Amino acid sequence: MDVDAAKMIGAGIAAVALGGAGIGIGTIFGNYLAGALRNPAAAASQRGTLFLGFAFAEATGLIGFAVAMLILFG
Amino acid sequence: MAVEAGEKIIDPIHQFVIERLVPLHIGGVDISFTNSALFAVIAIVLASLLFILAPRNLVPTRLQSAAESIYEVVDNMTHEVLHENARTYFPFVLTLFTFILFANVLGLIPYAFTVTSHIVVTLALALVVFIGATIIGFMRNGAGYLKLFVPSGVPALLLPLVILIEIVSYFIRPMSLSIRLFANMMAGHMMLKVTAGFVVMLGLAAGWLPLVAMVGLMGLELLVAVLQAYVFALLTCMYLNDAMHVDH
Repeated sequence: MDVDAAKMIGAGIAAVALGGAGIGIGTIFGNYLAGALRNPAAAASQRGTLFLGFAFAEATGLIGFAVAMLILFG
Repeated sequence: MAVEAGEKIIDPIHQFVIERLVPLHIGGVDISFTNSALFAVIAIVLASLLFILAPRNLVPTRLQSAAESIYEVVDNMTHEVLHENARTYFPFVLTLFTFILFANVLGLIPYAFTVTSHIVVTLALALVVFIGATIIGFMRNGAGYLKLFVPSGVPALLLPLVILIEIVSYFIRPMSLSIRLFANMMAGHMMLKVTAGFVVMLGLAAGWLPLVAMVGLMGLELLVAVLQAYVFALLTCMYLNDAMHVDH
């Protein structure tokens, strides 16, 4: 298999990591919504934590994306 | 990913190429003024102008409100995380937050260069935070700073394993801090470039569909730009707090 084809396949497999990012972000926001619907008064105070959690989940997924880009273009 | 459709090529990498605007070589060292340096200078100048030119009226003007909002976000963050040391580290965290915010948001302008989309820039920022926090930790606590690796309430049997895990997770801090910011910026801008390529490729017939997606993506990228600056500053505060109060 020549290098370019292998690069494409490798990048495709590395991009699968973003599925985990999607699941993680969905979990975080879903839990926040569930909590906010039970206790709307406390929802605003946790908005900072919500975005922090979103950033962490996104970051882990995007590391996989960065690996894919490195494989493809590095 | 250089796809050819007619003469149109999707090239999401070209936007990250560093170009020397003013080549300078001193000794054997290349210290050219690059496009990255230019946008870093623009970010710093704009941030400084915001805080210098904002009036200090009792009833705030728009510019004053913008400056006060940035100040307030960082003020709340430092007071929430570092309770009594908030004033000590506030200038550092404010500088970090404002620079990363301006650098991220400036990159969203078409044809602009995103300073923080290069790992070397974000690694430099993250290393400043990591090495600074480590030095502060040792200065404050002496050798007691190593108690950071020994959390309380751990059964003695698990202690070696937990210490190892804590050491690894401590040294991964600069890596995660830098890669989080860099990957978010790079991935976002690449996605924008690829979708823009789709708009051109699909032409007038169906090009409006990826265009609508791009509007949404641009909003998401603006959110991510601000959020990543906030997360970087928040984690800086948390690491500094760990350096102060070793029993976290």
